[in-house]
Amino acid sequence: MKSATGLAIAAMIAATAAWSDVIKPDEVVFVDGAVEASLSGVSGDPVVGAELMNKGSGNCIACHQVSALSHLPFHGEIGPPLDGVADRWSQAELRGIVANAKIMFEDSMMPSFYRVDGFIRLGDAYTGKAHSDGEVQPLLTAQQVEDVVAYLNTLKEE
Amino acid sequence: MKRPQILTRAMAVTVATLCAASASADPDEDSLTINGEIEIMTEAAAPAHLDDVDTIYSGWRFRSDETQSMQMDDFDNPAMIFVEAAAEAWDQVEGTEGKSCGTCHDDVDNMRGVRAVYPKWSETAGEVRTLEHQINDCRENQMGADSWNYTGGDMAAMVGLISSVSRGLPVNVAIDGPAQSTWEMGKELYYTRTGQLELSCANCHEDSYGLMIRADHLSQGQINGFPTYRLKNTKLNSVHGRFKGCVRDTRAETYKPGSTEFIALELYVASRGNGLSVEGPSVRN
Ligand code: HEC
Ligand code: HEC
Ligand code: HEC
Repeated sequence: MKSATGLAIAAMIAATAAWSDVIKPDEVVFVDGAVEASLSGVSGDPVVGAELMNKGSGNCIACHQVSALSHLPFHGEIGPPLDGVADRWSQAELRGIVANAKIMFEDSMMPSFYRVDGFIRLGDAYTGKAHSDGEVQPLLTAQQVEDVVAYLNTLKEE
Repeated sequence: MKRPQILTRAMAVTVATLCAASASADPDEDSLTINGEIEIMTEAAAPAHLDDVDTIYSGWRFRSDETQSMQMDDFDNPAMIFVEAAAEAWDQVEGTEGKSCGTCHDDVDNMRGVRAVYPKWSETAGEVRTLEHQINDCRENQMGADSWNYTGGDMAAMVGLISSVSRGLPVNVAIDGPAQSTWEMGKELYYTRTGQLELSCANCHEDSYGLMIRADHLSQGQINGFPTYRLKNTKLNSVHGRFKGCVRDTRAETYKPGSTEFIALELYVASRGNGLSVEGPSVRN
């Protein structure tokens, strides 16, 4: 009992700490396209990151081939294969690329996953309707960016 | 702008080139003859106004052999059921004037050549009109009948019928003279990156045709094959219906079918296909 309560409280404190440490999309600091600090203040989970590569607003394999995910069907070819990507880019660079690839790669076709302004005819997700006046959510949350970056960090060949 | 980026760009280009060279990615080498007699140009030199593309290809060239073969004989083309229904509607008297399309236009074969030049500047209306608009104009003002839903089944079928008698003729929409400002508006829309994904028509259909995006083999997004019977929804799909789907997929607010924007975009996209054969109604996945 006692230790369980202790754990719960610890988890609550961790969650609160994480919340206050979240860097908002318009507060992210890019240096040469890279982002040094964790966006959520918490380290990412590569297992969750692997799921995001395939699903939802991540769907990275729509455009990228990833050999480690070859059990999943239909990898796209719009961007380069991500095999060995952690040998080519540092964690900060990967974070910058995932948060807003257009800073590292000018005019890139890659969507900006952690940005909330500057869109033309922003829709309400995939409904085809206009976005309401409410707050715009980034494609990935701060924690999801960290999870994806943690997964990318596992893609080493050397 | 640092060194790794240039490296990556070079790699991305290499990957694209490799993929384009492999059989799965390029438009294939198949040729299309319908019913053993109608030769379809599925490939042509790009029209002069296109700067970044040398060769234009029909979407047919990017589909699987099975899907392709369904279009090679009208008996196998599921779109033809809708065309037959439209052939009956052609002679159906409707509206307050007691007339059918056939009353004024006689045989539908008289429509040969029409699909190839639409959207087209209408002197009487003083605007660029799509085939759909012209058909509804005839229904309302010549027949005294209700207009059809722009992307509805009756309309798509009638457009399919009118297209079918032009199959094999080269698309040849006019982009100069009074149509020019509409065409320019369409071009602007084609290159505008919309929605939360910030993708333009050009990103997918000019920069990336031949490549896979998830399970889809990207074509040039030509409209010479419209209306298209899609295996995905088993009905005839209109040009504006397709545009709407593609804009929606960028997580954007779409334009309305029949809107000024989509008319302009249709004229521009049609002009990117000037030289390909009219192929509609076609089969796509
Ligand atoms: C619409 C297509 C598209 C989607 C979706 C996409 N990317 Fe990209 N990505 C690209 C392109 C194109 C490039 C090449 C950079 C450029 O534009 O020159 C790229 C580059 C990258 C790079 C650098 C690769 C290297 O080898 O140097 C990484 C890392 C990356 N993407 C990760 C991701 C992740 C993670 C996701 C999902 C959260 C994602 N991408 C989704 C198109 C896409
Ligand atoms: C009462 C006579 C009349 C009827 C009925 C009629 N139309 Fe027309 N249609 C016309 C006239 C007149 C024009 C030329 C209009 C113009 O140039 O402004 C025309 C033009 C057209 C055109 C454009 C041809 C071109 O060369 O650009 C199409 C397509 C067309 N009609 C389809 C139809 C269809 C489909 C129906 C039945 C749903 C129909 N029309 C019914 C009189 C008619
Ligand atoms: C994210 C990529 C993407 C964007 C952006 C996009 N499309 Fe598409 N489009 C597709 C895919 C995938 C298909 C189905 C495969 C194919 O034919 O390319 C398609 C199909 C089409 C087709 C059907 C082609 C045929 O032969 O049946 C047309 C026409 C088209 N798109 C036009 C457009 C226009 C116009 C725009 C801009 C408003 C646009 N698309 C934006 C991905 C895209």
